[in-house]
Amino acid sequence: MKEEHQKGHGKTYKYGMVVDLDKCTGCGACMVACMAENNISFRKDDTNKLVSNFWMRVYKISNGLPFPDADISYIPRPCMHCEGHGHHHATPCVSVCPACATDYDHETGIVSQVYTRCFGCRYCMAACPYHARVFNWWDPRWPEGMEKYLSPDVSPRMRGVVEKCSFCFHRLQRARNKAYAEKRREIGEDEYQTACTEACPGGAITFGDLDNPEHKVCKLKDAPGTFRLLEKLGTNPKVYYTTTRDWVQKAADVYVGNEGNGVTPA
Amino acid sequence: MSATEEEKKQIVAEGEPAQKHVPGEAAPEPGKPGTWEFLIAIPVFILGVVVCLFVGWVLFPAVLYCEKQQPIDFSHVVHQEAVDEGCESCHFFREDGSFSGIPKLENCSQCHEEAMGEHPEETRLIDEYIEPGKEIPWLVYASQPDCVFFSHAAHINMAELSCGTCHGSIGESDHTRPYQYNILTGYSRDIWGWNIAGIKKNTWDRMKMDDCAECHEEKGTNNACFVCHK
Ligand code: HEC
Ligand code: HEC
Ligand code: HEC
Ligand code: HEC
Ligand code: HEC
Repeated sequence: MKEEHQKGHGKTYKYGMVVDLDKCTGCGACMVACMAENNISFRKDDTNKLVSNFWMRVYKISNGLPFPDADISYIPRPCMHCEGHGHHHATPCVSVCPACATDYDHETGIVSQVYTRCFGCRYCMAACPYHARVFNWWDPRWPEGMEKYLSPDVSPRMRGVVEKCSFCFHRLQRARNKAYAEKRREIGEDEYQTACTEACPGGAITFGDLDNPEHKVCKLKDAPGTFRLLEKLGTNPKVYYTTTRDWVQKAADVYVGNEGNGVTPA
Repeated sequence: MSATEEEKKQIVAEGEPAQKHVPGEAAPEPGKPGTWEFLIAIPVFILGVVVCLFVGWVLFPAVLYCEKQQPIDFSHVVHQEAVDEGCESCHFFREDGSFSGIPKLENCSQCHEEAMGEHPEETRLIDEYIEPGKEIPWLVYASQPDCVFFSHAAHINMAELSCGTCHGSIGESDHTRPYQYNILTGYSRDIWGWNIAGIKKNTWDRMKMDDCAECHEEKGTNNACFVCHK
C-alpha cells in the first residue's frame, strides 16, 4: 500500500552515511550545525537529557579499563533512516505511527516526519531503538533577535509533536529545485550534503547515495570494520560506522558473547 | 440480567402512548389534535431547513473569511505592454533555482521613479512606497502553509505547465481582486477555493493537498510526504 502512492518517475536514491569513529574527536560541531540548520530551539539547561532536543547527538562510550588500557570513543547518532528487511520495509517508527505522520520514501530512502500531522502519541519514540526521536514538551523559543536567523526552508515544530533528523531533506529540495531550473533531474554527490557532514572538522562523516558506486559512501560502507548500531535487530539502518577498534564495534551492537551475526531473516 | 430486561420492558411500556395507533385498528377521530399540528409542522420544518442552510452556506462563510484589498491596485494588462520580456521581466528564476515571486520595490522603481502618467494609484505608489523606500506588502493568493514546499522550477521547466493551470487569469487581470483569508487558520481562501461547496470547475479553483496530489497521481509523480512537505 505504502509503495503504491510513491510511484515516482525518476531515478531512485538511497541516501546514507558512513561515520569514521576513529576520526571523531567528540567536538560536537555536528550537533551545533544541526541545531542551527534545522531551527532546533534550546532549553535553559540543555545538559538535562530528559528535556533537551537534539537531532544529532554525540554519545561517549569507554572500554572501562584502567590506565594504560583506558580508551574512549564518541558515537555521533543522527536518525538511522532504517529501511527494514524484506518486502514490508518495517521501519520501526513508521510501522507503529497511527497517524501516518512518518513515512519511508522509496525514492530517497529518507524517513519523513510531517509535524502538522503528528499528534504526539510518541509510539514512534518507543519503537525507535536509537533514541533518534525527541518530543517537544514546550513551544520552541529563541533568545530575542535570534528568530531572525531561522531558516525558512525548515518548517517549525510546535509543542506536542515528535521531531527528528531528516538528513537535511530541505537541502535535497533545494538541490532538486536548482537542477530543475537547469532542466536536469540527477543530483550530484556534492550538491546534496547534510549540515553535520559539512561541519565536521575531522571529516569523520561521509554522506551520499549508498547505491551509487561513484559516491564515496558506497565503497566505504563495504570496507572491513564497518558496522551499524544494533544490527541484530534487523532495522537495516542507513548510517554505517567504521573503526579499527574491536571493543567499540562490540559495544555498538550491545554484544554479549556468542550471538551469531545478528541479522534477522527477512 | 433478567432485572434489566424487565426494566427495559417497563420503559418501553411507559414510553408508548396509551392510545397508540396500531394498524388494523380505527384511526384517530378527525378534529382531534394531530392533523392541524401536522400541517403546521411542514412549513416549520422547511423554514428550519432554510435557516440552517442560510447559516451554513451564507452566514458561516461570511464570518469565516476576512477580506483585504491589495496595497496597490496593480494592472497586469498595462504592464504586459510596458515590459520587454513578458512575465519573466518580473517573475523569474534566480540562479539557485528559486522563484523570484512577486517583484520587489526595486523593480517598480526602475520605471516609476518619476510619475509617468496621472493615475491616482501611481501617485499613491510613489508617495507611499517608492519615496520612503518601503516594500509593498503584497498579499499572495496562492500562499501555502509553512509546512509545504513548492517548486516552480519543477512545474514550469520539467512538467511544462502554464501559469494559468494553477493561478487562473491573474496574469491577464486589469485590477487586483480582493484577498480573503480564513480567520481561524490564516490561510488564503484560494487554497480551500471560493466555492463553499468545494465544487471545482477549473484546475486553479482550489489548491488543497488533494488537488496537488491528484495531478501528481495523474502524471505519475512521487507522492511521498517528503516531496511537498518540509
Ligand atoms: C511589471 C511586473 C509584472 C509583470 C510583467 C507580470 N507580473 Fe505578475 N505580478 C506582479 C505584481 C506586482 C504582483 C502582485 C499583485 C497582484 O497579485 O496582482 C503579481 C502577481 C501575480 C500573480 C499572483 C500570485 C499570487 O498568488 O498572489 C500571478 C499568478 C502572476 N502575477 C502572473 C503573471 C503572469 C502570468 C505574467 C505574464 C503574463 C505576469 N504575472 C507579469 C508583477 C508583474
Ligand atoms: C517596464 C516599466 C515598468 C515597471 C517595471 C513597472 N511599471 Fe507600473 N507602469 C508602467 C507604465 C508604462 C504604466 C502606464 C502609465 C500610464 O500611462 O499611466 C504603469 C502604470 C502603473 C500604475 C497605474 C495604474 C494603471 O493601471 O495604469 C501602477 C499603480 C503601477 N504602474 C504600479 C507598478 C508597480 C507596483 C510596479 C512594481 C511591481 C510597477 N508598476 C513596475 C511601467 C512600469
Ligand atoms: C503547479 C501549480 C503552479 C504553476 C504552474 C505556477 N504556480 Fe505560481 N504558485 C503556485 C503555488 C502553490 C504558490 C504558493 C507557493 C508557496 O506559498 O510556497 C505560487 C506562488 C506564486 C507567486 C507568489 C510567490 C511569492 O510568494 O511571492 C507568484 C508571483 C507566482 N506563483 C507566479 C507564477 C507564474 C508567473 C507562473 C508561470 C510561469 C506560475 N506561478 C506557475 C503554484 C503554481
Ligand atoms: C497540474 C498538475 C500539478 C499540480 C496541480 C501540482 N503539481 Fe507538483 N508536479 C507536477 C508534475 C508533473 C511534477 C513532476 C515534474 C518533473 O517532471 O520532474 C511535479 C513535481 C513537483 C515537485 C518536485 C518533485 C520532486 O520529486 O522533486 C514538488 C515539490 C511538487 N510538485 C509540489 C506540488 C505542490 C505542493 C502542489 C500543490 C500546491 C503541486 N505540486 C501541484 C504536477 C503538478
Ligand atoms: C502533492 C503534494 C503533497 C503531498 C505528496 C503531501 N502533501 Fe500534505 N499538504 C500539501 C499541501 C499543498 C498542503 C496545504 C493545503 C492544505 O491544507 O490542504 C498540505 C497540508 C497538509 C497537512 C495540514 C497542514 C496544515 O497546516 O493545515 C497535513 C497534516 C499534511 N499535509 C500531511 C501530509 C502527509 C502525512 C503526507 C504523506 C502521506 C502528505 N501530507 C503528502 C501537499 C502535499
